[in-house]
Parts: sequence; C-alpha cells; structure tokens
Amino acid sequence: MSHIVVEGLSVRYNGQPALDNVSLEIPDRQITAVIGPSGCGKTTFLRCLNRLIDTMDQVRVSGRVLIDGADIFAPRANVISLRRKMGLLSQKPQVLPMSIYDNVAYGPRLHGVRRRRDLDGIVQRCLKMSSLWEEVHHRLRAPATGLSVGQQQRLCLARGLAVEPEALLCDEPTASLDPLSAQSVERLFVELKSRYTIVLVTHILRQAKRLADYVVFLYMGELVEHGPAERVFNNPRDERTRKYLEGVIS
Amino acid sequence: MRLRCAEELLFRALMVLSTIAVLSGLLLIIAVITVKGAGALSLDMITRLPTGGYYLGKEGGLLNAIVGSLLLGLGATACAALLAIPVALYLQHDYAGRRRWANLVRMSLDLLWGIPSIVYGAFGFTIMLYLGLRASLLGGIIALTLVELPIMARAMEEVLRMVSVELREASYSVGATRWETMRAVVVRQALPGLLTAILLAFGRGIGDAASVLFTAGYTDHLPRSLLDPVASLPLAVFFQLGTPFPEVQQRAYAAAFLLLALVLLVSVCSRLLTRRLSRHAVK
Amino acid sequence: MGVSIRQGSRLPGVDAAPAVPPDRRRGELSPQAVGSGRLLRERFSAALITLVSALVGLLTLVVIAALFLRSLPILRQHPLPELVTGTVWKPLAGQFGFWPFILGTLWVTVLAMVIATPVCLLTAVYLAEYARPSTRALVRPLVDVLAGIPSVVYGLFGVLLIVPFLGDDLAPFAQRHWGFLPWLSPGEVSTGYCVLAGGIVLALMVAPVIIAVAEEVLESVPAGAREASLSLGATKWETVKHVSLRLALPGLVASVVLGFARAFGETMAVLMVVGNVAQSPRSLFDPAYPLPALIANNYGEMMSIPLYDSALLLAALMLLTVVLVFNLLAEAVVWARKRAGQ
Repeated sequence: MSHIVVEGLSVRYNGQPALDNVSLEIPDRQITAVIGPSGCGKTTFLRCLNRLIDTMDQVRVSGRVLIDGADIFAPRANVISLRRKMGLLSQKPQVLPMSIYDNVAYGPRLHGVRRRRDLDGIVQRCLKMSSLWEEVHHRLRAPATGLSVGQQQRLCLARGLAVEPEALLCDEPTASLDPLSAQSVERLFVELKSRYTIVLVTHILRQAKRLADYVVFLYMGELVEHGPAERVFNNPRDERTRKYLEGVIS
Repeated sequence: MRLRCAEELLFRALMVLSTIAVLSGLLLIIAVITVKGAGALSLDMITRLPTGGYYLGKEGGLLNAIVGSLLLGLGATACAALLAIPVALYLQHDYAGRRRWANLVRMSLDLLWGIPSIVYGAFGFTIMLYLGLRASLLGGIIALTLVELPIMARAMEEVLRMVSVELREASYSVGATRWETMRAVVVRQALPGLLTAILLAFGRGIGDAASVLFTAGYTDHLPRSLLDPVASLPLAVFFQLGTPFPEVQQRAYAAAFLLLALVLLVSVCSRLLTRRLSRHAVK
Repeated sequence: MGVSIRQGSRLPGVDAAPAVPPDRRRGELSPQAVGSGRLLRERFSAALITLVSALVGLLTLVVIAALFLRSLPILRQHPLPELVTGTVWKPLAGQFGFWPFILGTLWVTVLAMVIATPVCLLTAVYLAEYARPSTRALVRPLVDVLAGIPSVVYGLFGVLLIVPFLGDDLAPFAQRHWGFLPWLSPGEVSTGYCVLAGGIVLALMVAPVIIAVAEEVLESVPAGAREASLSLGATKWETVKHVSLRLALPGLVASVVLGFARAFGETMAVLMVVGNVAQSPRSLFDPAYPLPALIANNYGEMMSIPLYDSALLLAALMLLTVVLVFNLLAEAVVWARKRAGQ
C-alpha cells in the first residue's frame, strides 16, 4: 500500500469548486507529476497534502487523504507532524529572514535538536544533498537573502530535507529560476527520488516528460486521468488529456 | 511537543485578552459617556444659550457650543478641502513628474500629521497676533484648517492612488488633458473616498480642543461675524467640567455625549457612503 | 479585464473601444484640435496645484521658523541648557525652569507606552495572523472609532472613571501593600489626579495608532514566508515569532515610535487627569505637569509678563522638535525597509 492515498477529495473556495471528488494513490519513491492548465486545481491539490489549505479563508474540504493509513483531515490529526513529513518547495524560493545556517537548522531546532554538533551535521548533510555545500560552506553565517535565486531554491530544498520528511511537495519549483538553476534542481529531484516520494506540480509539459514516473492530469478541478508516465504520455485514454498533450488546450 | 503547544496556547490567550482589553476600553468609554451624558441631555440643553455665564450660571444649555462647533468644523473643513484636493492631485504621478518633489510634499504632510494640535494652536495664535486678530471664529478656523489639512490630504491621496493607471491611460488615449482626466475620471471615480476623507477630517476637526483653545476663545453668545469669539463643544466639556456646580457639569457631560455621538455618526456615515456611492465607480 | 461601463457614463473605458472624450459631449471641442481654452485651463490648473502643494510642503518649515523666532527672546536672555535643567518656574520673577515639565511629559508618555506597546502589538498580531476574517471585519472599524474619539472625551472618561478608581481604591491599596516599591507607593494621600491616570488614558488614545500601523506591517509579510515555516512543522506562534515578527520588526518599531510621538504631544486628555502640579513626580500616584498642559493652561492669558509668551512658545518648539524627530525616525525606518525590499 502506498503511503499517500487520496479518497474523494473535494475543495470549495467560497462555494466555488476547485477540486471535485479526486481519488488516487501516489506511488512511493517516484516522481509524480501533476499537470494541467493553470487554474485547474494543481496547487490546491498540493496544499491539501500538507494541510496548508487550512491557512486560507473560506475553504471547505471534504473527502479523505490517508498518509500512512491515517486521515490527515481527521479532527484529531496532528498537523505539525504531518507537515514535518511533507516537505514543501514553493514556486518562489522563500528563504526565512535569517542566516543560511539558521535557515537549515530552523526545522530541526523547532523539533528539539539543540546540540551544536548535531545541528552542524544536519546542516552539512542537507546542504550537500541539495548540492549547495560547496558554494556556501565558507559563509554559512551570511544572510540567506544574499544568495542568488537558484541558490535560494536549493537552500529551501535543504531546509525541507533537514526535518527528515517522507515526501516532497513541489509547486512549480523551477518557475522562477533561470534555465541552468532549473536544470540543477531537476537533477536533484532525480537523485532524491530513491529516498523520497516526490509530488511535482508543473505546467511545463516537457519537464513532466523529463522527470515523471507517474502522471496525474487535472482539468477544471476534475481528475481526468492518472497512470504511469509512459502510458499517459504515449497512450492517453481521455480525449482531454490527448488534446492537452498535443497543445490544443492549455 | 507539549511545551510547544503550551507556548502556542499561552500566546494565543494573551492576544485574545489584549484584543478584548482594547475593545472593552472602547466600550467602557462609550458606556460611561452615554450614561452620564444622555441623562444630562434635554431639549433645553441643545436649544438654549447658557444664562448667567457658562462657568457659573446654572441655567441654560449648549446652543453656543453646538453652533460654534458646527461653524468652526464646517469652515475649517471647507478650507482644508480647498487645499487638500490640489495637494492630493499633485501627489499623483500625472502631476509630480519628478518623484522627489512629490516625496518631499508627502513627507511634509506626514510631519504635519504628527504635529500636536496644541502646537497648531500656538502657531495659529502667533499668526493671529501678526495679523492683529483676537480670539475669533476666523482664528479658530485657521488653526483647525491646519489640523485637518494633513489628515484630509493623505486620506485623499490614498483614495486617488487606487484609481487604476489603465483608467487614466484610457482617458489620455482619447486626447484628454491631465486636468480633464483628473476632473472627469479620477476624481469622479474616487468620489466616495474623497467624501469619506472630508468626513473623517471633519470628525477630527470638530473634536479638537487644543487648537481652538486660544484661537477661537469661548463665549456665551453666538458669533455675529467672523471676528467674534466663538464657543465649541470640546471646550464646553473642558471648561464646564472644572466648575464646582453639578448643574454646570451636566453641560459638560451633555457636550461630551454630543461629541461622541457626532463622531460615531461620522464614522457610520463614511462607511455607508463608501458602499452607497461606489456603485458609480468602474470596478 | 473586468471593466464594465455603466450606460450613458461619460467615462472613457478600457475595452469600450472608441470612447467618447469627456468634453465632446457638451459640444465644446472636437478631439482633433486641442483648443486654446483647454490648454489654458490645463496650464492654469497645473500651476495652481503646484503652487498649493509647494506651500503645504513648506508649511512644516514655516511652523518651525515661526516658533523659533518667537522663542528667540527668551533664548537670548537664558541659555538653553539652563532653561532645560532649571527646576524653578516663577515667570513673575523671571525664572523659567522647564525641567519639572519635561520630566512630567516623559513620565506620562513613557508610562503610556509601557502599558500600550505590549497590548497593542499582541492585538495587531492577533488581528493580522489569527483572527478570522469576520472577526477582523468587526474589530477593525471599532479600533478606527477609538482613533476618532475627541481627546476631551477621553479626558472626561478619565475624570469620571479612572481618577476616582485610582484615588479611592488603588492608591490606598498601594500605600498599604506596596510600600517597599518606591515608584508604586504614593508619598502622600493621592487624589487620583496623577501620572498613572494620565498614562492609562494616553495608552488608550495611542492604541489605535499603534494597532493600525502594526497590523498593516504584519499583513505585508509575504504569505510564502509564513507557509515555508509552517510547512517545516512550526506551530503558528513559532512562525509568528521567528518569521513574521522578524520580517516586520522595523515596521513594528515605527508603529511604536509613531505612537510615542502621538502621546508626547497629546494635550487635553492628559491635562484633565494629571493634576498639573509643577513638581517632579516621585511615584505613579503623584501629580505631574506635562509641557502641553503648561502651554494650554497659560498661553494667551498673562501676556503682559515679560518673556512669558516667549517661554511658552519655546515649550511648543520643544514639543514640536521631539515629535518631528520621532516622526522622521519612523519615516526613515519605513523608508529603509522599502529600499531593502526592492
């Protein structure tokens, strides 16, 4: 059984449906690309998985999302440990207003890692995993805002990895990066997928084709089709998927 | 984990308590002033002049202060609007080509906004000495205009800035001049906001005591010209509270209640205005 | 574009392609020729607008200059340090010591800020980060009302409620139980007209200023920064503490500075409850005599005493200077923040 299972998930903003009765399983330790035209509910879907949807006003969520068998929308669910499990990489890199070191150490500190030596280890390991260590190890105390946008995005990735998540939720993570930085972030995803379940929202079809093992196609809030990447890209079953892949609708 | 949740709960409780404290301060003020003031209010109170002197006479009402405050407030608001509208227009990109000047004027307005009204009173009195004026309606209007001007101008500027660039460009693109664009498009589009700004400044002006203290004076009578001294509601509270006679203090309570009611009325009106008039605006 | 034009409106629209120019309707001008009348009106209005704005821009300087010129006579006779540190105020004898008044102002203002700052910042955080939109829509207008209440009404409220409470209840209680605390026990019997009464009333008055500015600053913190922290498993308060407050810090400082400036110059409400005795207060239950009250109580009356009027205008100039410096500080903080944000 895969550890993220979505059952009949519907979301309404202000009464307007944004997601309509979505049910699927997200395969473990693979890259799942969520594709579809803008405004189709991709980001909403992602924000349900770590319940960041809670921060928005006038939202109604129904249905279940099971992570490791437990419904995260259950009244007694622990949002904090859920969010710790589901790392987030947003569209625009959001570094916290502190040093590079403190950015990475922020999560572990919250969760009770106090010893300097442990923190140093975590920071080094995570920065290496996001292949930023070489570039910043001599200026860990510098403010994170001084990094380039591409570096900031990798720092955000390192920060997410530092709390030892099980999955990474990525919302168009390369949208605000230059092509070279985007490439290095994509390469990281390929490296990381052996250890993490990655859910990648993207509106770049070619990126999905390059990276995805599994594809989810959303259209106007409706789950149109999902399946292994090979199958969906080469042999779409639904007319709308075919049109989207051909670029007739976008 | 339990500690973290406890901290969360503690601060959340502190925040709710703080908010309640602020709001209960407001409600307490309204309650105290209403209870004291509504009891003191009567038809005589608002239709009669005080007899036997405002400080000692136990008979009569507040008509001098009500009329005085209205004259002062309306006069000052009109003067302030005449000055504030051009300034607010100037602060738009259309006029202030070079941003630096606009920023200087804006900063000056911010500073003027912060100047205590007692300083405006003292400054106004200095000007009056220079002009050879005594405490009078005119002097009070000058001082109050200074108090209201920055409030009104900044509020208006913000309202005008909300008018979108596209709308202005649409007007320019059919060959309208800046003045025509401002008058026919920007001001019209922003009208409810501009009126709200005027109301807001009127509310502030009519309640201000420190600026009219030496400039408008206080009297038992209604003014017959701009050069006569004039009474006002805030000073009616201030002076008549200090007397030893409870009958006279009643007038102070009534004046405070009238002021509070007026301010609440202005606040409600401006809210309604925003809703009512904005239907003419392009959304 | 979402732009809709009401029928018959003279507004040129964005997507209503060949829009009617504003003046054409009245048949004055054709759009082809800019008539000299239109040009004249444009030039004239622009000149007028610039002129008025220049005058308003200079007004601050005019106020400063006027007060300075009028306080020159006393500054010529007594050096400023002597005036500021002098403790004796006997205008008839030509002695003008401002120290008790300066001290009185500082006591009342600082006390007001000590009371108001934590409460207001917590309220602002609550409104910006925690409150539901419906709660916010309810509370915000109420805070605005608080900002609009005239100062004499605050003063009357203080006289009717706070002064009796302090004089009859708190002061005797403090005398009995807090005798060991020098600032908190009244030396003699307190009337209730005291520093603490002024501080409480002022705290209420500056609350809307601080709350409004602080809330605005907190709301400008980008949602993404908050989400980044939340997504790492931080609680809401941890996010506020480490991210929102840190990002908003300069603006929050500015809000408190603005509140301070507001409190510093407030006159009538303080004047009505603070007792107005020209002495240096030794406890919160002692009366004080702040600078604005000094001006309000005496200006315009005993103008025949030499230098008296000049001394009072010097007091106004002192107030003005402090308030302007604090406002400029707040302005600089906000400005630096904007620059850093770009």
